[in-house]
Amino acid sequence: MPSNKSVSDAPIIQFTNCRILREHKLQREDLWVRDGKILDPEKLFFDEKGYADCRLDCGGAIVAPGFIDVQINGGYGVDFSQPCEDVSAGVSLVAKKILEHGVTSFCPTLVTSPPAVYHQVLPQVNIHNGGPDGAGVLGFHLEGPFISSEKRGAHPERFLRTFQSGGTDDLMETYGSLDNVAMVTLAPELPHSQSVVSTLRQKGVTVSLGHSVANLSQAEDAVRHGASFITHLFNAMLPFHHRDPGIVGLLTSDQIPAGRTVFYGMIADGIHTNPAALRIAHRAHPSGLVLVTDAIMAMGLPPGRHTLGQQVVQIQGLHAYVAGTKTLSGSIATMDMCVRHFKQAAGCSVEDALEAAALHPARLLGISHRKGSLQYGADADLVLLDDGLRVRTTYISGEEVWRAEL
Amino acid sequence: MRLVILDDYDLASEWAAKYIRNRIVEFKPSADRYFTLGLPTGSTPYGCYQKLIEFHRSGDLSFKYVKTFNMDEYVGLPRAHPESYHSYMWNNFFKHIDIDPANAHILDGNAEDLEAECNAYEQEIAAAGGIKLFVGGIGPDGHIAFNEPGSSLVSRTRVKTLAKDTIVANARFFGNDLSKVPTMALTVGVGTVMDAKEVMILITGAHKAFALYKAIEEGVNHMWTVSAFQQHPHTIFVCDEDATLELRVKTVKYFK
Repeated sequence: MPSNKSVSDAPIIQFTNCRILREHKLQREDLWVRDGKILDPEKLFFDEKGYADCRLDCGGAIVAPGFIDVQINGGYGVDFSQPCEDVSAGVSLVAKKILEHGVTSFCPTLVTSPPAVYHQVLPQVNIHNGGPDGAGVLGFHLEGPFISSEKRGAHPERFLRTFQSGGTDDLMETYGSLDNVAMVTLAPELPHSQSVVSTLRQKGVTVSLGHSVANLSQAEDAVRHGASFITHLFNAMLPFHHRDPGIVGLLTSDQIPAGRTVFYGMIADGIHTNPAALRIAHRAHPSGLVLVTDAIMAMGLPPGRHTLGQQVVQIQGLHAYVAGTKTLSGSIATMDMCVRHFKQAAGCSVEDALEAAALHPARLLGISHRKGSLQYGADADLVLLDDGLRVRTTYISGEEVWRAEL
Repeated sequence: MRLVILDDYDLASEWAAKYIRNRIVEFKPSADRYFTLGLPTGSTPYGCYQKLIEFHRSGDLSFKYVKTFNMDEYVGLPRAHPESYHSYMWNNFFKHIDIDPANAHILDGNAEDLEAECNAYEQEIAAAGGIKLFVGGIGPDGHIAFNEPGSSLVSRTRVKTLAKDTIVANARFFGNDLSKVPTMALTVGVGTVMDAKEVMILITGAHKAFALYKAIEEGVNHMWTVSAFQQHPHTIFVCDEDATLELRVKTVKYFK
């Protein structure tokens, strides 16, 4: 048929024989892509009298929006928090490898570090879209140093900081610039944190609560000032108590301002959270659950001793401990493992599991109009999965960027 | 006329789809001679469309050289609205087959000049060589397309105000909110359909039985516009048992 598309000459790809995640359900529908974005085929048909240039048979696969990992510290021997001359090379290496896990966008995470590290590292990696070279970078996630000493977990104590009266001054002095920053985790019980939370919000940075001993009302106050995420729920915070649920209580708090959602990260690796606890959180607030890997440098590496930030860790099987202790220092699970484990542990639907890894993080970061879903106009970042939720193929902007060997 | 009576909705849909398929295949359409098909919307032809899609998927039927002309479309309803006839045709038919989008014609209910749109549609049909087979349905009030009771039996494509009955019947698709239901539509005229070489009317369900009775056992009357086809040389009425409930036993026996 002669081509007479009027809007663009870019080739149109039609993904057929697949089940796509749309409107919270897996539907037997074709997915159309042009110019790296999801295309409305009805508009194409009636407005442009256009049709597909090529058809891709997906072999019955599930087509889901590419996964988004908002907490990942490194992997494959790369530690984002380790200062070096070429940080972007390390980020690129990890970005390329995580395509295999279905991750198409991520927030490289830096644990508590001295200001010099932030000043050196942050300017080296700009926010950019992904492609054949690797997943897209949505901005850094700065986990610390404004966190609680008691709940620092694997973070080095000597680099923790508090807010002096200026609050924001400490922030900028520590980080240098917020240009490439997507999210900051802090402890809201720190004095003067409220103005910092507001400032970060105003600058478009997502504020997360974590590594904290805050009680529920301090947490709610932070949410009122703009906080919208909880870093790895249950870990590095006070345990739920029936008379003061602490940060965990945000999941069912009635003090959340109207129209806002509090999201919470879950490391669903089977180690950081007991499945029963995972289920309690999921059932209490299913739409806020965001799967994160919190993967450390050792992810993808063999067992043994490795460096994380300014500390040393020990890998044993699927566990990663602060060397010489039983404190978990991070996980080595991959995102697709987390999706599978979450579905199995929570007993939830495939759709819920997939949304927890894509739609919810996109909403958290305020980018759900172009990422995290297969709605028309969204970026065509896709992951094709089999019924066991194993990754078959990964696409970024409609281009194949990774394919599993059969 | 031919009156083809099948036991139930599914069989009637299948019969109609096979007839359409056979007509297209016999015609051997090509780039030089297209098969022109007139098409309806609604719940009645849904099963027929499903069957046609099946035939296409199994390789027995291609729409590559078929031009289609739909009967009608609401005025003022956004084309992307799930209840528009564009949406119906896309979701239930076009997206599953290999028709060239340039050959799928539907009246534009959002055109700047509705009258010009209607006239242009008539011209497009003429330019395509007229319609070989026009498939239609029948309303409970005996209307064909949106040619409501009282429409001229020689009418052409035009803007029509919808009858109260039609608006109430449609309310279920608009959240039962009468204020949201379109009140006007563009429709091919009775005369437009009469110009087709062959007409096939699908009628299923007991609620259509009285209309069928009025259409074929009573006189030609503009209050039951489908009755106009009594004067067409090649009309087929395809129906299920339920739709024949108001016919005389003698009529049914004759055609069975």
